[in-house]
Parts: sequence; C-alpha cells; structure tokens
Amino acid sequence: MGITMAEFLQFFFSGLTVGAIYALVAIGFTLIYNASDVINFAQGEFVMLGGMITVFLGYAGLPLPLAAVIAVPVTAAIGFALYRFAIAAAREATAVTLIIITIGASIFIRGAAEIAFDKRFHSLPPLFGSNPIRVGGATILPQSLVVLGGALIILVLLWAFIDRTLFGKAVIAISANRTAARLVGIDTRMIVGVCFALAAGIGAVAGILVTPITLTSYNIGTLLALKGFAAAMLGGIGSATGAVVGGVLLGLFEALAAGYISASYKDAVAFVVIVAVLIAMPQGLLGKAKIERV
Amino acid sequence: MIKAERTIGKFSVAALGLALAAAVAAPAWAQVKVGAVLSASGPASFLGDPEKKTLEIYVQDINAKGGINSQKLQLIVYDDGGDANAARTFATRLVEEDKVVAMVGGTTTGTTMAMIPVFEDAQIPFISLAGAIEIIQPVRKWVFKTPHTDRMACEKIFADLKRRNLTTVALISGTDAFGHSMRDQCIAVAPRAGIKIATVENYGPGDSDMTPQLTKIKATAGVQAVINTGFGQGPAIVTRNYRQLDIAYPFYQSHGVASKQFVDLAGAAANGVRLPAAALLVADKLPDSDAQKSVVIAYKKAYEAAAKQAVSTFGGHAYDGLMILTRAAQRAGSFDKARVRDEIERTTGYVGTGGKVNMSPADHLGLDLSAFRMLEIKNGDWTLVSDSGS
Repeated sequence: MGITMAEFLQFFFSGLTVGAIYALVAIGFTLIYNASDVINFAQGEFVMLGGMITVFLGYAGLPLPLAAVIAVPVTAAIGFALYRFAIAAAREATAVTLIIITIGASIFIRGAAEIAFDKRFHSLPPLFGSNPIRVGGATILPQSLVVLGGALIILVLLWAFIDRTLFGKAVIAISANRTAARLVGIDTRMIVGVCFALAAGIGAVAGILVTPITLTSYNIGTLLALKGFAAAMLGGIGSATGAVVGGVLLGLFEALAAGYISASYKDAVAFVVIVAVLIAMPQGLLGKAKIERV
Repeated sequence: MIKAERTIGKFSVAALGLALAAAVAAPAWAQVKVGAVLSASGPASFLGDPEKKTLEIYVQDINAKGGINSQKLQLIVYDDGGDANAARTFATRLVEEDKVVAMVGGTTTGTTMAMIPVFEDAQIPFISLAGAIEIIQPVRKWVFKTPHTDRMACEKIFADLKRRNLTTVALISGTDAFGHSMRDQCIAVAPRAGIKIATVENYGPGDSDMTPQLTKIKATAGVQAVINTGFGQGPAIVTRNYRQLDIAYPFYQSHGVASKQFVDLAGAAANGVRLPAAALLVADKLPDSDAQKSVVIAYKKAYEAAAKQAVSTFGGHAYDGLMILTRAAQRAGSFDKARVRDEIERTTGYVGTGGKVNMSPADHLGLDLSAFRMLEIKNGDWTLVSDSGS
C-alpha cells in the first residue's frame, strides 16, 4: 500500500479541520496572555459553554441563530466575571498562582455545566449542510471550511481592533509595561477585564462553529484547553498570527501522525510538541525572544 | 434549677429507651438494600442514564405492589461517571457502609471488572450490565450478567456477512474496555466463522475526527465491509466520517450503540448501518408469535411513560437484572445472599428484554445467539433484518 496523493490529501484536510479548532482556542490564550501575562486554562470551558448554551437554548425553543447570538455575550460575561472575581481579586499574586486559579475556575465551570445542562453529547446542524466537498480524491466538510474561515476572520478583526482603535492601543500599552500604563491613566483593570470577555466570546464563537463537527458535552473543555495551549506555545505565545499558525500546524501533525504512524498516539503529539517547544524554542515560531535589559 | 435538669434527664433517658426499642423492633419495617453503581454521567451516560431510570421506576413499582418476600426494596444508586476507580470506591461503600444484599450495575466493562473483586470478596451477588465476555468467562461464583456478550455480537455480525457473501472485513475500534474487548473477540472468532480480518484501526474514546483511520481502511485492498466496535459518541463520529468519505462498503456497529441517541447524533449518516441488538428496539415490529413481544412492549410502555424518553436496550438490561434478582429472591424465600445467588444461577425460562435466559453453573449469562436480532437503521428508526437465529 503506497502513500497516495489522495490519502495524503485526506490526512491534510483532517489536520486542517482539527487545526482550525485549536487555532481558535489558541487565539483566546494569546489575547489574555498579552493583556495580563496569565495563561488562562479555563479557555477550553468557554468553547464548551458557547456550544452547550446554544444547544440548550435551542431545546428551550429559541431559533438557533438567536440562541447563538445570545450564547456569545453570556459566555463573554462569564469571562469577565472570571477576571473580576478570581484574577483581579488575587491582586499581586504570582503568575503560577494565577494559572492555578484558572485551573480551579475551569473545574468550577465544568461542574456548573454538568448540573445546569446534562452529561450527554449534543450536536448542532452544520451551517452549509453536510455534503462533503470532493477535491483530488479526498473530501472535506463545508463546516471545516467555515471553522477555518471563522478563525481567519476573527484574526483579522482582532488585529484591526488591537491596531486601529484606542482601546487596542491601551491593550498594547498594558502588555508592554503595566505600571507605566497605569501611570498614564489607563484603567488597567477594566481593559484587562474586557480582554477576558473578548477571549471568552471568541471561545464561544469557536464552540458554536465546531460543534457540528466534534459534538459538544460538558467536559470537552479540558483536552481542548491543553491542545490550544500547545498550539499557542508552538506559534509563539504572544502572537495572534502565531496562534493560528500553531493551531493549524498542530492539527496537521496530529492527523499525519494518526495516518502514518498510529492513531493511538494522536493525543501524545500535542504534549510532545509542548516539551519540544519549551526545550528548543520557548518563544515559539513567531514569538519574540524575551530580552532582559540589565 | 436542679429539679428541672433532673426532669430533663429523666425525659432524655425515656426518649433514648423508646428509640432503642424502636431500633430493635425496626426489622419489621426494614428495607432490603439493593445497590447500583452506574455510569449515569460521562462517556457512558447514554447507557447508564436509562439504566438508572429503569431501576428507579421498577423498584418503585415493586414496592407499590407490596415488595418482595413482604419486604420493601431500597435502591441505592451511585454515579461513577464511567471511571473504574470511582466505581470501585462506590462498590466498597455499598458493601461496607450501606450493607447491600445484592448489586445490579456496572454499566461498562471497565467499571464492572474493577468492582468484581469487591463483590467476590464480600460474597454478594453482582449482576453486571456490561458487554464483554470476560465478565463471565471464566465463571465467577458471585458474578452474573444480562447483556449479550461481545463475542455473540461478533458471531451475529459474521453470520450476517456470510449470508451476504462478504468475507473480508476491516475493524475500527475504540480503545475503551468494551471496544477493545470486542475487537479481540472478533479477531479470535473470525477464522472459525470463515471471515478474514484485513486491517484493524483504533481511535480514542474522546477523539473528534476519525477520517485518518477510515482513509487507511478505504485504501486497504480487498475490504468488503467495516465493523466499528465501541460505545459513546465515538461510533457516532465514525459513522458521520464514514459517509463523509463516501465509503460504499456495508457498515456494522456493535450493540454498544443500541440507543436513539446514537441515531440522533449520527443523523442521516446512520442510514443503512446494521447492528446486532435486543428485540426491545423493534418491539412494535415483532410478529405476535414472538415469545418476547409482550415483555418488551410492556417495558417499552412503562419506561417511555415514566422517563419520557425512547427505550434503549441498556435500560432493558437493567430491567432484566432486577427481575432476575427479585424472582430469585422470591424463589429463595429470603434475601440470604448465598440462597439468592443459588437461585439466580437456577434461572430458567425467564423471558426478558434481552431474550430467553437459561442460566447454569457454567453459564452466568444464559442467552444464546437467537436472543440477538440483526437490525438496520432506516430513516432514523430501527428495522428488523432477519428473524432470530443465525
């Protein structure tokens, strides 16, 4: 059985599909890290909340588009609450403490979801139907292209927001030097809070877009957060473009490993990537190396 | 002051005396405790949740009709979330703290295998609701089970394949205990059934995309049919991926997906999928002469009215487990654990949702291949492919 083009193409499409999902999660990590130096391990839960809230509002009788439009700001509000009541309240705690707080928050959100929703798996209908698109002997689902397109659109909108608005300039200022930003009158707490809300909203949109492919359940957040973190590390933790590149690359590595080595080791790929990046290239592919001035 | 304290003291002693007397007299109102450790949440939730509801509905029903041996049953349910370690902890709690007389539970093979030593050591009858053959083979004195085994599922599928003149298959299995076990059984049974297994692929139970594995299967020469062993949402995703990749070969699932939830999750992709399952799923479509028809229709009506959900075979297995246990206790005339165990082993001619049960000291399941029906999913509903018998 030789390695044919059609098979490679199928693995490639599979990798793009999961890669786009990781990219969206990684963008959320990057945004919060840039604004506050916190690695937010609750990011996966925001993805879960976007999908689950939409599904359950749909069961309650709302038309799905309306359910989705409500789910995103609700999740954003939860993200803001996470900052306000867990992160900001910890005041000048060390980075490690804040990370542990986010892990605790993710467990809390997961538990609350288990009670508020249920423990089963749910799906949403795909946006453009489920007839696969055939390219060169391989197939890709229209929804995979939606997720990829969504990741790119969010990337562009985020860039425009950060680069072209006053609010965005404030975020850049805070990430450069928090104390100096406070000194020039920027309300750092409010701005960082809004960044958390934004990252949560992006996570929710990701959740709504990927549920037609991956299904959703109260506990999908954990593994997604770990893989999104690996993707963000691979691409460079400070760079949003790096997040997308890292996500897609991680997805491709996973699919190719599953196809050509063994599917049993697919999940190990993300963890191998984290270790390799931390050892060889801690700033990732597109991140800037940290230079300390003495 | 002192007089009041003495009076209070006297009252307390009297109250204590009454309480003690009540406790001693209590056995007359005592309830018999039956334990159930089920996976009502987690990846096996669409097995464990109907099991829990079924046990609750029928224990209530039995108590309303006067109980068993003039005693009411008290059902103690713990949710292990599909985790074998949690299951074992709950099993120990049932034995040591709750002091149950029997256990009907163990939703998955993984959780059942973890709990078996606890019940064997405590010498308490354990009726498992999980699929793998290793639960009852080798036969353990205190362990029984109600669902058809994974080996029977393989044999039933292979028989259907031979009928369709298909002899070379590919397997794609989940790495959970049931998926893994059924895969091993199929590999072991294939030569005897005249089936050749061309290739085997795996996926993790939490995976969201199985197109790489299916692509490899599609590229393997000579494959005429594909069998997916596993449970939970994995098979639903495999089924969706199968249609996405336009794989034309006949596709078989295991009885691990015998619930409406699988059909809902897999959507239109489930059309044409075949699986071996209990007659319960096609209750209305059975011929009137079928021995199981009245039992499955009665269960279906009761379950759907009380739980407001479509029936699944998993709830049916819990029903069979409870009925086998209570009938054994009735025949034994008491809830003495050893006597109940002996009577369970003597169960003969019991017609349940899973089939006709005839247990023996060498067979703690009691079902034969005719208890399994081959079903095909058409337009979101189950249809009968062939009558019982392979």
